[in-house]
Amino acid sequence: MADKVLMKGNEAIAEAAIIAGCRHYFGYPITPQTEIAAYMAKRMPKIGGCFLQAESEIAAINMVYGVSSTGHRVMTSSSSPGISLKGEGISYLAGADLPALIVNVQRGGPGLGGIQPSQSDYFQATKGAAHGDFHMIVLAPASVQEMADLTVKGFELADKYRMTSMILADGTMGQMMEPVSLDYDIKEMPEKPWATTGTNMEREHNIVNSLFLSPEQLETENFKRYERYKYIEENEALYEEYMMDDAEICVAAFGIAARVAKNAINAAREKGIKVGLIRPITLWPFPVAPFKKAAKQVQQVISVELSMGQMIEDIRLATECKVPVTLCNRVGGMIPSPEQVLKAIEDANGGAK
Amino acid sequence: MEFKRITLLCGHYGSGKTNVAINLAYLLKKERERVAIADLDIVNPYFRTKDSAKELSEKGIELIVSEYAGSNVDIPALPQQMYSITDDKSLNAVIDVGGDDRGALALGRLSDAIKAENDYEMVLVINCFRPLTPDAASTAQVMKEIETASKIPFTAIINNSNIGPETTKEDVKSSLAYAKEISEITGLPILFTTVKEGLYEELKGEIDNLLPLTLQSKINDFT
Repeated sequence: MADKVLMKGNEAIAEAAIIAGCRHYFGYPITPQTEIAAYMAKRMPKIGGCFLQAESEIAAINMVYGVSSTGHRVMTSSSSPGISLKGEGISYLAGADLPALIVNVQRGGPGLGGIQPSQSDYFQATKGAAHGDFHMIVLAPASVQEMADLTVKGFELADKYRMTSMILADGTMGQMMEPVSLDYDIKEMPEKPWATTGTNMEREHNIVNSLFLSPEQLETENFKRYERYKYIEENEALYEEYMMDDAEICVAAFGIAARVAKNAINAAREKGIKVGLIRPITLWPFPVAPFKKAAKQVQQVISVELSMGQMIEDIRLATECKVPVTLCNRVGGMIPSPEQVLKAIEDANGGAK
Repeated sequence: MEFKRITLLCGHYGSGKTNVAINLAYLLKKERERVAIADLDIVNPYFRTKDSAKELSEKGIELIVSEYAGSNVDIPALPQQMYSITDDKSLNAVIDVGGDDRGALALGRLSDAIKAENDYEMVLVINCFRPLTPDAASTAQVMKEIETASKIPFTAIINNSNIGPETTKEDVKSSLAYAKEISEITGLPILFTTVKEGLYEELKGEIDNLLPLTLQSKINDFT
């Protein structure tokens, strides 16, 4: 028997979360992520866990806040419009320094949009999920295997830094099926001395709260949080480079766009075009270093996105605008084809030869 | 395989029904004049029969599908032409049903007519590499749930055990005992064991009723 199973991306997230010790899932159905909830509904009762379909996304994220306060690993999942609804709760989690995993399997927007895949929540995930100064660790899987791997990593990072991790996937990653190995060495759950678990009259009581009556104290909390963010930016950025060694053109893409881009790069290489790929795996912290390096090496960066151009802004910041950064995109539930990306590469190379 | 007029494909979620359905429709078209494939999937939003609309049309296979399949509309709609499956006896139909009991609910509306005509094969598609059906007992449990929802008893099994493109000869062979056990528990015959085309030549002769499958094309952009 193979040690791999065939899973949908959404199922891989759910099973990996269970393996990572998550026993509390709260959510509300929305396409294209509903398999996460459906899987949890089947599995959690069998392992003594809690699956609860909340009355709304807002209720679900506040249930996450409650369980996280008690120190347990907890998650919720949704798709784009549902994540917007969770925004307030996400900010409260940040303000209370609570770890949690939030999954966004993106669909087309804005508004009710559609159910087909998209990457147009990049800004929301990396810059402004809600009010106040805060960040989430944002992980962008590009395979079903990574859907699982980054779920485990997301829980670990969330606990380590007492903050929210988000899996930012797209509908295709959630729906596609691939072989996956779920062989993880799960470390013991970290100590959470801040959790509200009862004092047994042996310690001062813990407070989980995002309200600070004194502006000086609230300022201090923000400063402390941003020192932590700085450390994360310097230490936790993840990316993959593909054929970048001799590249004269750089394609940048994450998630499903990176898979399409790889096909296009292979086709371009066959035509003798020196092109490579930088695939950010963490979108926050954004992997600045490889782009800084690429800015000294390549003539142009092409950002392939299922959005109107969102990551492109971080690429321009990372390359300090030293090389032109252009956009190759489809939106509204459409996915760029390898041919479209190949044409963008050929154009950057001075047109088809 | 001796085809009945209607071939229904049910099974656990993600067992590979759509891919098997399309391949069976191709096979059926070789021996019957009018062939239709009906997509009654009310569960899956992506990777639908409709993705193969061009190939099906080129082969002269009719496609019965909700106009909302593959669109941005998020409702579990059934195609309005679905009654032609039972009403039009000149049609030979392969019906691709949604996964698990939830998907099989869609058959409830057609089940009386299908059973009354009694010219159907109700096929259980199984894959032991899916995480929630790793053994015969769990698969048989899903089978019972589907029969309750669909109101149609199963008549046969197709062993579609695979782990996608990484499937090896050994994986296929290792699934035979699983399929056999389900066959014994349920008393249902195994119509086919499927393999991707590349493995067919290697396994031909070793496994009874081996069916080579061509994969749907849409996924190729992403691999």
